[in-house]
Amino acid sequence: MIELEHVSRRFGEQLAVDDVSLSVARGTITVIVGTSGSGKSTTLRMINRLIEPSSGTIRIDGKDTAAVPGEELRRGIGYVIQGNGLFPHWTVARNIATVPTLLGWEAGRTEKRVDELLSLFSMRSEDFAKKFPHQLSGGEQQRVGVARALAAEPGLLLMDEPFGALDPIIRAKAQEDLLAVQRRLGITVVLVTHDMEEAIHLGHKIAVMDGGKLLQYAPPAEILANPAHGFVERLVNGVDRPFRLLSLSTVATIVEPGTADGPPLAETATLRDALSELLWLKRDALPVAGPDGSLIGRVSLAALRAHAGGPA
Amino acid sequence: MTEATETTTPATALTTRLDRVGIVVAVIAVLGMDWQPFATLKPNRLISGQGLSLAASLPTLWAAIGVGVLSIATIVAVLRTGALLRLATGIASLLLLAVLIGIVPATVVPPGNAYARVSPAAGFWLMAFAFAVLTTDAVAKLRLGPLARLAMLAGAVVTVAILLGSGHWDGLSILKEYATNAQKFWREGAKHVELALGSLAAALVIGLPLGVACHRNATLRGITLPILNIIQTVPSMAMYGLMIVPLGLLAAWSPLAASLGIRGIGTAPALIALFLYSLLPVVANTVVGLGEVRRSVVEAAEGMGMTRHQRLFQVELPLALPVILTGIRIVLVQNIGLVTIAALIGGGGFGTFVFQGIGQAATDLVLLGAVPTIALAFTAAVLLDAAIELSERRRL
Repeated sequence: MIELEHVSRRFGEQLAVDDVSLSVARGTITVIVGTSGSGKSTTLRMINRLIEPSSGTIRIDGKDTAAVPGEELRRGIGYVIQGNGLFPHWTVARNIATVPTLLGWEAGRTEKRVDELLSLFSMRSEDFAKKFPHQLSGGEQQRVGVARALAAEPGLLLMDEPFGALDPIIRAKAQEDLLAVQRRLGITVVLVTHDMEEAIHLGHKIAVMDGGKLLQYAPPAEILANPAHGFVERLVNGVDRPFRLLSLSTVATIVEPGTADGPPLAETATLRDALSELLWLKRDALPVAGPDGSLIGRVSLAALRAHAGGPA
Repeated sequence: MTEATETTTPATALTTRLDRVGIVVAVIAVLGMDWQPFATLKPNRLISGQGLSLAASLPTLWAAIGVGVLSIATIVAVLRTGALLRLATGIASLLLLAVLIGIVPATVVPPGNAYARVSPAAGFWLMAFAFAVLTTDAVAKLRLGPLARLAMLAGAVVTVAILLGSGHWDGLSILKEYATNAQKFWREGAKHVELALGSLAAALVIGLPLGVACHRNATLRGITLPILNIIQTVPSMAMYGLMIVPLGLLAAWSPLAASLGIRGIGTAPALIALFLYSLLPVVANTVVGLGEVRRSVVEAAEGMGMTRHQRLFQVELPLALPVILTGIRIVLVQNIGLVTIAALIGGGGFGTFVFQGIGQAATDLVLLGAVPTIALAFTAAVLLDAAIELSERRRL
């Protein structure tokens, strides 16, 4: 649980972050989204005190972060930045071992942890441990960057535009990896991005910032359906808003009793995928299959339409 | 053969088969072989002597081998040949020249004449230069790695040591000068190295922390670098001169300073002047090297919870190392040369022989000071170039 209470940060005359309060629940992903200069990165960096707040309090699990020395605080929080910031003169293994080494773990434990993390990101230890960062692809570098941040088993991971430097295909893969790792480890993630699409895809909750102010803090569906007047509205309004909304829910949520002809949809597919299939096959309804493959009902165009619209 | 080459005119066909560097090498080599004397024979060490051609200074067989092999080498240089062959040719020619010059004294000096002196002359030096160019050009073309270059340097050092140790060159004038100055040679040599390395060490002790401070503080940087720049522009003679008065006064005032050997002339002003010259390359390269470390890397180090100290020693300095080493290379090569001038104010070093030789008009004594100085500077440059390249490998 992270709580920001009336946090502000001033750089000279300029107020970069203006009285921001928000709380992040343990084990969730919160995405702070905004344009450059919105104060989103500054807000993130105040959580691990790379930047000290000018005023306000930040608590992690009830403890005021100002009461702990900065280095000690940061060693307990994972941190990933754009362009990964791997140390070019160290091997992959040594990079991942950075924080355990700073914490004085014994060699055996560190080595075991490095192997564990490499396999978590499906990188064979024999192939990768001794390589240098410049011998890796962009996607591999990114994964090592996240592995390094998770090395000392932090409960909280801060990510500053972590996928900004990746091409779209690798980026999608990295996003899926992050979701899988977060679910598996149950860690709390705060991620900063300028990409609303990414925010909707990854966030349990989204904080929209502009000009240093927190404009809206809500789950993605809420942001899409009821955007705050002004900036947030402009950010989410667009031709594909209904599709974004549909991509947030799975077929299981609107499955109705009955049958239909055609190839069955998995109940875990998103509503967006379901709509796509219906349109492509020129049908009004398709059957839905449960996890074991047995048919459990059907999904209809009418139900999708009801789900995709904004407030009447 | 492609159609294009078949239809070219003879003239262009010829130029495409010639090597550009090789043409220069060949012109210099031919000039040295045919138009300049290979060695000089002097009745004694001060009187100017008489130039001898390659044929006139060697026994017939050796002269024939010399002319034959060096002519073939010149042809290899001029044509477009493989880099490995060029390298072998260059090294073989240099080795042959080194052997031939050692044979000259026994050939041209009548037995029993202890005064006559034999020295290499312009022809020898021109050919040595030409084939040294051929060798270094081949090394560059082969893109030899740092370890291979170090091995070549070691080979050269061992070869020279064998030639010196075997007494093959003992008849040459420069080694006769060495024989009469042997003890002094090693004493001044030690002094030379001491001054060059001592001033470098002092510059590192002061310059590295100053460089780190300048990297972090723009105001300090704005003051320090221009001052060091100005110091760098003071001519070395003037710098040594400027040291004399304040250090002399200091010695007169403070018995402690005097007891430490600080005087207006001698080692102290030489060391201080060299130290001042060394500061700019060390400080400037430290600042540039630290400035080139990627921002994201420094930020990651900070975000991982490294202290300032850990960041500096584990991340920033190791990454800046190649640039800092480049500064050290500049300083070391520059200082090895500048120490020579320090002999003028009694600082010692190989310069002692240079200035003594100039005073006596004894060219060979000048060479006894100059040749080891050049060899030292060359060795330092090759060693540090290899170190720079090795440190760069992981920095991409």
